[in-house]
This record gives sequence, C-alpha cells and structure tokens, in this order.
Amino acid sequence: MYEGVVQNLIDELGMLPGVGPKSAQRIAFHLLAADPTDVKRLAHALLEVKEKVRFCRICGNVAAEEECRICRDTRRDLHVICVVEESKDVVAIEKTREFRGRYHVLGGAISPIDGVGPDDLRIRELMTRLADGRVTELIIATDPNLEGEATATYLARLVKPMGLKVTRLASGLPVGGDLEYADEVTLGRAFEGRRLLDV
Amino acid sequence: MHVAHLSLTDFRSYDTVDLGLEPGVTAFVGPNGQGKTNLVEALGYVATQSSHRVATDAPLVRQGAARAIVRSVVVRDDRRALVELEINPGRANRARLNRSPVSRPRDVIGLLRTVLFAPEDLALVKGDPAERRRFLDDLLVARAPRFAGVRADYDRVLKQRGALLRTAAQARRGSRSGRRAEHDSGFAAAGAGDVLSTLEVWDAHLARQGAELLAARLELVEALRPLVAASYASLAPGSAPAGLEYRGTLSAAVDGPPAVRPGGPEEPAAAAGEAADAAAPAVAGTAAVDRAALEQALRAGLLEVRSAELERGVTLVGPHRDDLFLGLGDLPARGYASHGESWSFALALRLAAYDLLRADGGDPVLILDDVFAELDSQRRRRLAELVGPAEQVLITAAVPDDVPAELTGARFDVTGGGVSRVR
Ligand SMILES: Nc1ncnc2c1ncn2[C@@H]1O[C@H](COP(=O)(O)OP(=O)(O)OP(=O)(O)O)[C@@H](O)[C@H]1O
Ligand SMILES: [Mg+2]
Ligand SMILES: [Zn+2]
Repeated sequence: MYEGVVQNLIDELGMLPGVGPKSAQRIAFHLLAADPTDVKRLAHALLEVKEKVRFCRICGNVAAEEECRICRDTRRDLHVICVVEESKDVVAIEKTREFRGRYHVLGGAISPIDGVGPDDLRIRELMTRLADGRVTELIIATDPNLEGEATATYLARLVKPMGLKVTRLASGLPVGGDLEYADEVTLGRAFEGRRLLDV
Repeated sequence: MHVAHLSLTDFRSYDTVDLGLEPGVTAFVGPNGQGKTNLVEALGYVATQSSHRVATDAPLVRQGAARAIVRSVVVRDDRRALVELEINPGRANRARLNRSPVSRPRDVIGLLRTVLFAPEDLALVKGDPAERRRFLDDLLVARAPRFAGVRADYDRVLKQRGALLRTAAQARRGSRSGRRAEHDSGFAAAGAGDVLSTLEVWDAHLARQGAELLAARLELVEALRPLVAASYASLAPGSAPAGLEYRGTLSAAVDGPPAVRPGGPEEPAAAAGEAADAAAPAVAGTAAVDRAALEQALRAGLLEVRSAELERGVTLVGPHRDDLFLGLGDLPARGYASHGESWSFALALRLAAYDLLRADGGDPVLILDDVFAELDSQRRRRLAELVGPAEQVLITAAVPDDVPAELTGARFDVTGGGVSRVR
C-alpha cells in the first residue's frame, strides 16, 4: 500500500479494463515521473471525452453530436443495418470498406453470468428502427463467441415475424474471439460470405 | 512416441530438475513423499493440461513461487517437438511449441499422448459419475484434441444457462414470498419474463454442443466395450465378464421418442437402482450415432424438465449428468465389486484407452504411478506383460521390489528433492 493519493490513483487505474494491479502501479509511477503538462493534457482528454462525446440517438455509436457521422451520411444505404456489440466493432468494420449500410450498437452481448439480459442491451431501440419496414436486411455481426452467437440467435428469433432477411457473418473469423481482433481481409471476406441465419 | 527430455521449474516440490529419458522402461524409485508422482504428473500435464490429482492448477506451482514451467521434448516418428508450458494459477497459462508462442495453450494438447495409471483410478469404479465422465472426455480429447474446445464450449453454455436458471429460481421465490410487498413481486415478474425469452436460445446452444459431446461419447463407449472386456479377462481370468453401458439423462435418444429421467443417475437412489434396472434402455448401441437426432432429443428433453429446472435453478438434462455404467456379469461394479475386482476394472479401462490410442497411430507413453504395489502377483505379472511392449513405460515405486522383474530398464533414484540416474 502506498500513501493516500498514490494508492487512490493505482486503485482507479486498476479498475480500467485489461489493467491488472501490476500495470496499474506501473502506470501510476510513470505518471508521477512525467512532465506536469503531459499529465494535464491526459486529464483534459479524459474530462473532454466525458463532456463532449455522446452516443448517437439513432444507432448508439459514439458521436460528437446528436447523431453520428455515419447516420448523418446521406449516401449510406438505409435498407441494411449491421448489428454490433460495441462502437469499436464499427471502426473495425468500417476499415474493411465492405459495408455501406448503417449500424446498430447493442452495448454488449447477452451473458447471464454477467447479469446482462436483452433488456440491458439496445434491443428495444433496434425494434423501433425496424418498425417502419424500410430495412430489408439485418446483418448480425456480434462477436464469434458463445455470447455473441446467443445474442445473434435471440435477435434472429425476435425479428423473424417481421420477414426481413437476417444474415450472420461467415465463419472463418477466429472462433471464441473478438470481432475487433479480426484482420481487415478476414473480416471483409466474412462480410461478403455472410449466410442466412435460420432459426 | 516417447519423451526424450523433461525439465521442471518451480513445479510441485522441484525448484529445478532436468531429466534425459529414453524409450523402453524407466523406473523412478524412492521413499514416500520424495517427488516421484510429481515427475509423472508433470508429463501428464503436458499431455492433457490437467493433473490427475487436483482439479486446479494452484497446487502444481511450488509453494512460494509465482508460476511453474514444464518443458518436454516429445519424439514421434523421429520428429522432435519441444513443448513448453507456463502454469499461471488464476491467470491464463501460456504455451510455446518449438520456441514459438501458440495463440491458445490448448493448441498443444495431444502433441504428447499419455495413458496414466494411478492409485486414484480406483475412483473410476468406486467414485461418482463425474470420474467416469472425465475418463471418457479426456480420452476423447487425447484422440481428437478439438474436443477440448467442444468440452469447454459446453461447460460455458452450462454456466451461462445455470446463471439464468438461478436468476429465474430466485425471481420465483421472490414473487412467492414477496406478494405482500407490491413492488418486489412486480420486479420479480419482469425478471422471470426476461429469463424465459432467452432460455430458449441457451437451450438451442446447449443442445448443439451437448449433442456433439454426447455423440462422441456414445461412439467411444462402443469402441471401448470389447477392449475393456478383453483387458479385464486377461487381468482376471475366470471372472465374470466386464461390460460398459452409457447411461444418459436421455434414455433413448437415437430412435423413438426421447424418454427423460429427470434428475438422472446422479440422484442418490439411482446408483442402487441401476442393478435392478437392467431392462432400462441405454442410449444408442448402434454404431452410427445421429447427431441431429440427439440434438432434437436434448431440446425435447430440456422442454420436459423446464419447470423442475426453473424451480431448482440447475440444468437437469445433458451429458454433464450422464454416467458410464460398469458391470461385472449381472451386477454393477460400483457398490458390488470386491476391492481387487475394482482395481482390475480400473486397470482394464486404462488399458483399453491405451489400445484405442495405439490403434489411432502413435504409441502413447504409458505411465504407471505406484500401481504394482496394489496388485497380487498374478495380476502384477499380467499387467507387466501387457504394458511391456509399449514404446515407453515410466514407472514409479517406493521400493525396487515393486517394479516387476519383467520390466527392466533405466532407473532413477528420487530422494531428498533430487533425481539421479542409477542405471
Ligand atoms: N506445490 C508444492 N510446493 C512444494 N511442495 C509440494 C507441492 N506439492 C507437493 N509438494 C510436496 O511434494 C511431496 C509429494 O511428492 P510426490 O507426490 O511426488 O511423492 P511420491 O514420491 O510420489 O510419494 P509416494 O511414494 O508416497 O507416492 C510432498 O512432500 C509435498 O509436500
Ligand atoms: Mg506417488
Ligand atoms: Zn449513428
């Protein structure tokens, strides 16, 4: 244990995803030794992101305004929605340039162990978006692991009565992993080879 | 195949140890508690990434050390592979193959194949169904390493589904006891609706993964049956024949409507009931197992027990509740067989596993941890004859006399925390 404020910093850092106690300590001491202006810049960036960044009213992606850049882009195809777990998945898919439709960010995947059920995800918002009948294809690009698959199955069943085409990215993605870790070529191919999800 | 080299760092009682090994028989001899089993346990870990003695990795790391490292050189058809495992309790283990990291440690499972006989094997006959399920699943993984993934996926589905069922069970109890408190019961009802809407999704995944595991186990039992019977007959000539039967929570899954026995063989009454229950149909029996039919049957089975599951908060149907029934003549081995008969049966199961792996190609390494001391002279000789021809046999014994004369070869003394070659 370190003196009050240092330990506070270590504790706060340790709560970040992927940062264990050892790394938290390392980062804390790095910051202690760093130039004050660098640390101020970091603190400012942290505060700014909380103040300025919002979530798109339509798709749930991170946005600088009410609606995100993609939802505001009139050239995007309004007939296709690609469902992803997190905003970082949008970034990964955008890099492939395979997809010209719009997104829907769920904010996670169904996982009872973590207490996450359908009501904790932006599924109701998705249903509202689908209600006007303009969307003809729903591409489900949740992660290729058990929770992602379960979420895909759940969504496919839920929208089945609406009669739209529901597809899932082709296999070939590293199983058990995160979408964001797939390289662009693999992800691009998975998009091209997407298959009908039959439930 | 054989192991040409084993080196340990901070594994069990060893800070470091470095052994060169050869094909043929090698015996590790020394007084109790000196680290003989620790050596062969390390080799078993290279093969399966689990210990035959403990369920978690923590005891494998030397007291006071942060992690253990097991390195081994495996030789198969003159090709050498260096397999290195770093055991990090509570965190992900790491593995390297020929000095290159692999993305998942389980990718190196099966590079070394072992069959390990140990005093703990008696639990295969006398212990809970979980022991026999593990025997089957470990053998599946040894034969086809992708089953490590199938089993892990199935366990994950079970965990997720279990968490959901527990939430449901709590919500039910809450709504029952909370009728007086208005907002409590409202909350609970909302939770239960949420549960039912996702339960079907988990059912589908459980059935798919479960059917794959179940189909593989059923085929495995078919393949084992004649081998176990033959091994048992040669270990205990003149005894009643040894038989195997897969007893599932789905009792007739392949053709005909699935009859479900909720609770399955883990219910206390079932063990004793099995003897009288000789007429109860066991699953399958036919060679080709229809996975799609099993999947259907599992889904139907889950539907049938749904209300009991929602009540109790556990998954009641599926391969995680099945058992491998062992019979001697007309009687079950468990609860009826003598101590010696139980030992012979356990050895017969291991020998059958060895036969099967050998038939797949690549003679597995045989490890006999302290088993000869448990056997009478006749069975000792029979076992020595059966294992003698293997490419590599590693034996541990507390005294030299416990190594049968038929099995001569290299010898290491294990004392005072050290291992030294004496022959
Ligand atoms: N994690 C650990 N750290 C330090 N020592 C350990 C650890 N695990 C086990 N040991 C020690 O290893 C010894 C047991 O070694 P092992 O089981 O290999 O004995 P053995 O030679 O096979 O004995 P036996 O003949 O009784 O079977 C015990 O003394 C135990 O205290
Ligand atoms: Mg021992
Ligand atoms: Zn948007």
